[in-house]
Amino acid sequence: MNLRSFRTAAWLGWKIESNWTDPFLFAVYSIIKPLAGAAILVVMYSIITKGDFTNPLFPYIYLGNAFYMYVGAVMTGVSWAIIDDREHYRTLKYMYVAPIRIPLYLIGRAVARFLTGSFSVFITIVFGALFLHVPIEVAQVDWLLFSVSLLMGVVLLALMGLTLAGITLLLARHSDYLGDAVAGGLYLFSGAVFPLDVLPAWLRPIGYAMPITYWLELLRRSLVGSVAQAFPTLASLSNNQLLAILGGMIVLAAFIAVITFRYCDHQARERGYIDRTTNY
Amino acid sequence: METAIRKNTGWRLFIQTILGRAYPRVVGMSREKSWLFFDIFLPTLSVSAYVFVYRAIGAPEEYIGFVVVGGAMTAFWMNILWSMSSQLYWEKETGNLALYIMSPTNLMAILLGMALGGLVATAQRALGIILLGSLAFKVQYALGSFWQLLLVFFLAMTALYGMGMMTASLFLLLSREAWHIANLAQEPIYLAAGFYFPIKSFNFWVAAAASIIPLTLGLDAMRQLVFPSGPALGFLNVRVEIFILIGLSVLFITAARILLRKMERLAIREGRLTESRR
Repeated sequence: MNLRSFRTAAWLGWKIESNWTDPFLFAVYSIIKPLAGAAILVVMYSIITKGDFTNPLFPYIYLGNAFYMYVGAVMTGVSWAIIDDREHYRTLKYMYVAPIRIPLYLIGRAVARFLTGSFSVFITIVFGALFLHVPIEVAQVDWLLFSVSLLMGVVLLALMGLTLAGITLLLARHSDYLGDAVAGGLYLFSGAVFPLDVLPAWLRPIGYAMPITYWLELLRRSLVGSVAQAFPTLASLSNNQLLAILGGMIVLAAFIAVITFRYCDHQARERGYIDRTTNY
Repeated sequence: METAIRKNTGWRLFIQTILGRAYPRVVGMSREKSWLFFDIFLPTLSVSAYVFVYRAIGAPEEYIGFVVVGGAMTAFWMNILWSMSSQLYWEKETGNLALYIMSPTNLMAILLGMALGGLVATAQRALGIILLGSLAFKVQYALGSFWQLLLVFFLAMTALYGMGMMTASLFLLLSREAWHIANLAQEPIYLAAGFYFPIKSFNFWVAAAASIIPLTLGLDAMRQLVFPSGPALGFLNVRVEIFILIGLSVLFITAARILLRKMERLAIREGRLTESRR
């Protein structure tokens, strides 16, 4: 039943995400948006540095921004399924009475966003490597570290999304902003587009407490090892230490997700929030 | 005893409709205080990220001010996208659109009311972001001409909300693709309009093409008027930008009026006013 819930939800999510238009327009949509987002940072960087793309800071910013797209895609994707099903399609109550596991259904719904997000990340990185001198050499990439880090990151984001989905169940207003709120906070504090050393000293501990910080560092190291060595923030930690920290944080995130979702789900059922529509 | 209701017609009804549609947008803010967090604090986080990017690459301090002002102006673009352009789509989804059409008022007045209410509400958000961002990052301003600044802001908003009214009429024909199209018009416009950097950084013709978006020139002129290094980084002379903004205001409002009539007729003919294809 678990696998079936997940698989069916993934298929449903893919239909919702993609079948509003023809495949060509969908591909254009999936390319323009991420490239424009990356181009803002590229233009900002090139204005100030007069186009010096050889500085290690550039791949740091570029890759951090590219992989950060997964945060919006997976984490927000899981929690957005609650808003979509409850407010928009008004089908959440039917999902609750169907013989499925709701947490797996919600994670399954984010698979489509993971796939479109992966496409956006891939296009952005290829564009950077081809046209902006992002120094990725396929032969030098640590594929094992990359695959393990990516997988751990996706699991982490899905768990964080489940926590947000639980909280979303109890929110009447601004529930659609919750994912953006958390994603915005993580973007600032996780050093996605600038080294954590740039933050004021009193804000840096927030960055060190965020798993995304370690995840992005691992992805950068796996693709362009030289970038990681150029910045002192996490340079003292080895890859294995970073993996251990990330693994520990995933276990913690799983614990928080299970507890939070169970509590919020129970509260939502008790208060009659499962089929509530606010039109807000 | 029944209370007599005065039934307005003509221009009185037009004004009443504008005020009636603007009312919930303005009053809603005072009743739901959580917007202070979601509409001011959260956008300030995004602005802060861009500020720290500039700090990381060693940009001059005036760029921090550029980002704060640009970040505040994104509130207006978001309002245009989600509360003007796609508003008639939402109204269709919730069943209000048909009520608007059958009421004895004018759809143009409804759109003007949406624009007026949205402008007042969004101006408060933008002001909040500027205040918070300026305090957090100690942005220095050097106001050139207050009256020119006021004129530029007024003209940029007139042209921008005229554009929003025009696109709202186009969205009248859209169904579930409306959400995706509005979503697509975020980052590319942030890039083209130079929300986070001076538009002069682009090639002249690219910047000229981007100037069709009223915020491009409005933002450029405002930066020239409030920052000491603004004129050096400005795209065109402020006076020229004012004249272009006047032209854009006339163009978009006229186009909105014409398109709204055509699209309303088309939507009625094709039965799209009450459709709900989710």
